[in-house]
Amino acid sequence: MSEDVHLSQICMDFGSFRAVNNVEVTIKPGEFFSFLGPSGCGKTTILRLISGFMEPTQGAVKIGGKDMKGIRPNARPTALIFQNLALFPLMPVWENITFGLEVRGVSKEKRRAKAEELLQLVDLHDSADKRISQLSGGQKQRVAIARALAVEPKVMLLDEPLSALDLKLRQHMRAELRAIQKRTGVTFIYITHDQGEALAMSDRVGVMSQGVLQQVATPQEIYNNPVNGFVASFVGENNVIQGKVASVNGGMAQFETAKGAFHAKLGASVGLGDQAKLFVRPEFCSLQPTNETKANSIAVEVTEIAFEGNFVNVFVRDNSGDTHMVQVQNDPSLPPPAPHTACQMVFNPESCMILSEAATSRHGH
Amino acid sequence: MQELIRRYGISLSVIMAAMTAFWLLALVVIPNLVLFKFSFRLYLPVDQLGGPNDVYTLKNYVTFFNSPIHINVFFLTIVYSSLVTLICLIITYPLAYILAKVLKPTDTATFFLVLLIPLWVSEILRSFAWFIILSMQGPLNAILTGIGLIDKPIRWISGFQSVVIGLVYAYILFMLFPIYNAIQALDTNQIEASQDLGASTWRTHWRVVIPHAKPGIASGCVMVFMLCAGSVVVPTTLASTNSRWFTEIIQQWMFEGLDWNVGSAYAFLLLALCILFVSLVMRVLNVRLVDIAK
Repeated sequence: MSEDVHLSQICMDFGSFRAVNNVEVTIKPGEFFSFLGPSGCGKTTILRLISGFMEPTQGAVKIGGKDMKGIRPNARPTALIFQNLALFPLMPVWENITFGLEVRGVSKEKRRAKAEELLQLVDLHDSADKRISQLSGGQKQRVAIARALAVEPKVMLLDEPLSALDLKLRQHMRAELRAIQKRTGVTFIYITHDQGEALAMSDRVGVMSQGVLQQVATPQEIYNNPVNGFVASFVGENNVIQGKVASVNGGMAQFETAKGAFHAKLGASVGLGDQAKLFVRPEFCSLQPTNETKANSIAVEVTEIAFEGNFVNVFVRDNSGDTHMVQVQNDPSLPPPAPHTACQMVFNPESCMILSEAATSRHGH
Repeated sequence: MQELIRRYGISLSVIMAAMTAFWLLALVVIPNLVLFKFSFRLYLPVDQLGGPNDVYTLKNYVTFFNSPIHINVFFLTIVYSSLVTLICLIITYPLAYILAKVLKPTDTATFFLVLLIPLWVSEILRSFAWFIILSMQGPLNAILTGIGLIDKPIRWISGFQSVVIGLVYAYILFMLFPIYNAIQALDTNQIEASQDLGASTWRTHWRVVIPHAKPGIASGCVMVFMLCAGSVVVPTTLASTNSRWFTEIIQQWMFEGLDWNVGSAYAFLLLALCILFVSLVMRVLNVRLVDIAK
């Protein structure tokens, strides 16, 4: 039904530019795996390497244990959903869906039946004979998914297929995609720059930057225990403080900064005496009165309050003029302090991390 | 029109409009109407003009249908124009695809320049160049015998083959550009999607690229066919003893027979029959005129 995908020490060069640098990862059968990163990080190149439109400069793509070298896209057990979907505008919906069967010589009656079946699966009824131009964005999306599923791929590759949809529909299609993936059990490899999408849908996420795979882990792990500053700042919001590791005690460390000393978790690639950064998520910070100075605190003054509905972003400024953000739950009985209030920003040592910059060279993972 | 005035001012706009109107009316519409009128009147000595014999008649058109030789030449003109169109299409389609989708855009510019340079030379000179190339003692025979591909020189200028070669060369770019434009407008993702779904190269062309390029192919075919059927220079320059082109007959009526009336009738017959033929082919291939105009 589904196969694993093993990217073995993959490098991809375009001239002197290395788009993908030594990527090593195994995507498990039936897994929903996302490559997350900013544009130009090499994630689309990875997708093209798996689908066969490019061959890696070094390393190998293995699907189900089989080396894909020299196997053209039309002979690989993958199906790609393009960013712009690339539906065939001159064919009706059902011919689009069964194009992959047509090229395999399946009879027209069988194809028609298969199209109806797949249209049911993607929840698109009575559209078999419509033209592509008659469909809405979400419906086109479903046709593209059905077209890819029709060839019964072992691995489904998705290149930011939701990016053209509006917010509501995008959220709906997220759930839909996830459900289809669970129903069919096909390995999904999903490319996105949208962290919300990656975290919400994936079993595991691979965060990429500058061609290097920075971290591969579950969404929770990525968010709560990022391996470096890039992952921490690309996924979610942070308050960042520059400083130096003063002492180490197990997994914890004393971090000295211009704003004072803090106790924090020590990240993977940071050691004693290193220059690094302290990352604290806004929702792990709280604001407290100044009457009693707490550990891991910065004296601040509230500058601005942004009400977001279910939570409130409180912007504060410390003595050296840097702005931080504190996120508090919306609670009418406990309103956040008013602007110009002096208070202290406090965070738990367990919920802040000392991290280095992103890995850009050939560090294995 | 208002946009034109806004952009260039009233005086320049009027001049431009007047020049276009002059070109259309004085150089296209009126001469054709005069010839059209000619085609229904008889070729009479000057003293009989305006006399009782100067009447409107279909006699000039009937002349054609009473002349089996002329009908045969017309038929051959249509057949060989179609052949030239087909050869142009076969050569051009892969070339257009490579230029539009395979080569890097920077290289494409160079290729187009190379393709266009011969077009700067007049059609007469290009036909004459082919006359030299194809002659018995010409470079083509010299090369082919030189590399041992043939034992003795081939008589290229015989039958219709030299005319066909010359016409293919003269009009091939009129086929290339519309097809190139059509293929270039195709989203490359569609080609990749087809491959990704398992289609062979051949099938991808048949089901995705060619249907998309059909208006361009049709427009190129119509253009090349009409240019071929109406060509005078190439068929006369590269003619052999037994290759007559319909335009040559028109020319004979007009400039050797000095009978402009029958000549005009033949010219309009050529136009009408070509339009009929093209419409029929378009009907069969299910292409509409609006697709071509795009």
